[in-house]
Amino acid sequence: MSYIIDRRLNGKNKSTVNRQRFLRRYQKHIKEAVTGAVNKRSITDMERGEQISIPTRSTHEPIITHGPGGKQHRVFPGNKEFQAGDLLDKPESGGGGGGSGKASNQGDGEDEFSFYISKEEFLNYLFDDLALPNMIKKNLSQSKEFKTRRAGFVSEGTPNNLSVVKSLRNAHARRIGMTVGKRRKLKELNAALTALDPQPEDSREEVISLRLQIEEIEKKLKTVPFLDDLDLRYRSQVKVPMPSSKAVMFCVMDVSGSMTQDIKDIAKRFYILLYLFLQKSYEHIELVFIRHHTSAKEVDEQEFFYSRETGGTIVSSALKMMQDIIAERYNSDEWNIYAAQASDGDNWDDDSPQCAELLSQQLLPQVQYFAYIEITPNQHQALWESYTGLLKQYPHHFAMSQIRTAADIYPVFRELFAKERYQEAV
Amino acid sequence: MTDTHQVQERHYLSTGSDWTFELLETYDREIARIAALYKLDTYPNQIEIITAEQMMDAYSSVGMPIGYNHWSYGKQFLQTQKNYQRGQMGLAYEIVINSNPCIAYLMEENSMPMQALVIAHACYGHNSFFKGNYLFRTWTDAGSIIDYLLFAKNYVRQCEERYGQEEVEQILDACHALQNFGVDRYRRPKPISAAEERARLEERENILQQQINDLWRTLPASPKEASQKKGRRKFPEEPQENILYFLEKNAPLLAPWQRELIRIVRKISQYFYPQRQTQVMNEGWATFWHYTLLNHLYDDGLVTDGFMMEFLSSHSNVVFQPGYDASYYNGINPYALGFNMFRDIKRICEEPTDEDRDWFPDIAGSDWLETLHFAMRNFKDESFIQQFLSPKLMREFHLFSIYDDDEKNQYEVEAIHNEAGYRRLREMLARQYDLSVREPNIQITHVEIEDDRSLTLRHTMQNDTPLSSDVHEVMKHLHLLWGFDIHLETFKGERLIKRQSCPDTRVS
Repeated sequence: MSYIIDRRLNGKNKSTVNRQRFLRRYQKHIKEAVTGAVNKRSITDMERGEQISIPTRSTHEPIITHGPGGKQHRVFPGNKEFQAGDLLDKPESGGGGGGSGKASNQGDGEDEFSFYISKEEFLNYLFDDLALPNMIKKNLSQSKEFKTRRAGFVSEGTPNNLSVVKSLRNAHARRIGMTVGKRRKLKELNAALTALDPQPEDSREEVISLRLQIEEIEKKLKTVPFLDDLDLRYRSQVKVPMPSSKAVMFCVMDVSGSMTQDIKDIAKRFYILLYLFLQKSYEHIELVFIRHHTSAKEVDEQEFFYSRETGGTIVSSALKMMQDIIAERYNSDEWNIYAAQASDGDNWDDDSPQCAELLSQQLLPQVQYFAYIEITPNQHQALWESYTGLLKQYPHHFAMSQIRTAADIYPVFRELFAKERYQEAV
Repeated sequence: MTDTHQVQERHYLSTGSDWTFELLETYDREIARIAALYKLDTYPNQIEIITAEQMMDAYSSVGMPIGYNHWSYGKQFLQTQKNYQRGQMGLAYEIVINSNPCIAYLMEENSMPMQALVIAHACYGHNSFFKGNYLFRTWTDAGSIIDYLLFAKNYVRQCEERYGQEEVEQILDACHALQNFGVDRYRRPKPISAAEERARLEERENILQQQINDLWRTLPASPKEASQKKGRRKFPEEPQENILYFLEKNAPLLAPWQRELIRIVRKISQYFYPQRQTQVMNEGWATFWHYTLLNHLYDDGLVTDGFMMEFLSSHSNVVFQPGYDASYYNGINPYALGFNMFRDIKRICEEPTDEDRDWFPDIAGSDWLETLHFAMRNFKDESFIQQFLSPKLMREFHLFSIYDDDEKNQYEVEAIHNEAGYRRLREMLARQYDLSVREPNIQITHVEIEDDRSLTLRHTMQNDTPLSSDVHEVMKHLHLLWGFDIHLETFKGERLIKRQSCPDTRVS
């Protein structure tokens, strides 16, 4: 006796829980792998999953087995030329060889257990524990903006929303429905009249009666309205609160002669991270690239990262330009403004206090967050000193940090946007 | 093909390659009819159609339909998923569970001939093996396993809720490391029953704890008694090889729920114990029967030539044995060895040669079906090979045996498939399937009850084979469960050659 059961519709993700437990257990390894991947990937390349490799040693489940060695007898199939008593040299490598006996499935533990995590998981690991400061300021609950969205058709509305096509289609259908009986009758009467072969001045009684009836019906048909109130349909529009989902990110970078391509690359990675992080939080993000030496210039991404410039450094020029652009294009009620400034710390001595002043008076009140990273293996310079004062004044809007090598980027990024800071800000 | 059957007029059950539920029923009915002719006695079948994804899930939980949650199953799943998506492996056509009713999974992707193959293989081959083989009859209880697994899953979940996921995971990790040392080899365990387990759970917790308290009582009961026991109290009185059982009953510091977790791992391990010892026989038996049953279907004129072509092509893949020097050689294929041995037994019964009469006087010329059933019921891999592997088959497989002594730099070919080598070869192959040779011999010999409560295990070396380096990790797990020092002494014969301890891995 057999029962046949269709289980295909049962859940297929029975292993989900176990998979998550595995990921949780190897969180540390996965995070390391993700960090490594971020350092290697390019800016356009963040939106995909990642292959994670964990040394087999770590995921190995130990059990008691025999190790290699000892005196073993093993039976193999497929003998071609051996005779009893033949002696065969063991492979050079010693223990590792020896055919595929019991010992062979215990490698040196150097190979890797690898698997894929999805794009979402990748980014989640990347942004784990992070939250942007002051995000709460413009979150959904305080949203002042609405947008209208289509929501089908309704029978009441304002003329500007009238849907002509829909209304006429309704009218047409109604007319057909209301006149179908009368038209059938008219057809019959006409046929009867034709059968009598009437003359224009025919005075036969049947003809006159038929003509009267036809006239009557035609009159009635004409009274069916072409368009009635019933037919009208209006496009429905509903207002939905719109999250303040727009952010603008200012990338400000020193491109003076002292900035080498290496330093720029480090800066670039920092911007990538910031961009991706914003992308996760906002629907729409605009990027503004401002580079400067002694004067500032708004450029595109390519030029920003890869064109070469020489000359001195006046940081305030870039900050002034940023201020102008905000005033012109990015109203801070509407936009969440983030800025990241990268520099090697060089600045004209006289300019540094001016920068601090600009930031504290003009920029910081308007922006969500301003991060300054100084990429230099050396001692801090004038700019750093001037900015230090701002830290106290705007602890929740301003952060600064020093990056020495590419490997520092991620820790610094995390530090800048650490959760604690966020909580303080709330 | 069974040539005793005349090819009859043909009324095909189906001609296309697509299956439907009606067709599955028809095929199952026909196969059952034929299986009865061959006296295959089975549990009722529960055939479940599943998708490839579900098959991957089933894979990752050692084939069980229900399992408690554990990260290692997640690891298994990731591995399976990766290999499958990269096309490195196909999924098995079926998974069959030793339960009553016997649950078999069929993948929806399979064509009709494949489904028929799987039904014959799993639902009548494996199923009758589960019901008939003495190991399964002795050690497992097909009727209650599903209930028990459900009980285990719920119990583990409750523990996680009460004591935290990590606490539970720690205990399970430790138990998994020792699971091969959690089986009774000589005593038939009581049948497991979920209902009883639940009912006795509380009772057992109390009693267990009392017994342990008694063992670890530190106050002497009375001066008289104490003086009697002054002579060293030996505990355990006999060496214990079921390490998990010993821990469950005697570990001093475990809470009742932790003991219950040990018990769960132990019971499940016990359930798989027969499967580990009958791989060649079990697969061979099932393969022999899918081959015989489907050929019978063909001889009855019920399936088309195309059906047979597809069936034979996958059948020959299953029973292919590459030579030791092939790049894809992966040990002796249990399907190939088992299938050919059962076929060979049939041949010896039906058309014995002089050699066969010489080697197998008892079965040469006997009724083949009786003999086959006898072999299936009363042996495990080791004894099956020792008893039934014929010289003819050794020649066909071109078997040879290598002696590998780690103190010499050359292998020695000690026996090949010739008159001088047959017996030695057969013995060596049989030993290869002997669990007591395959797994290290480790027993608990002593507990220092009145001193530091340390636990001493004795590893008796076989063929001078050392333990793998994993043993350090396993000892840590053991230490977690026992709670006090662990010593592992390795003996070569009667000579102590190595002593390792945990914690403090001084090697002396």
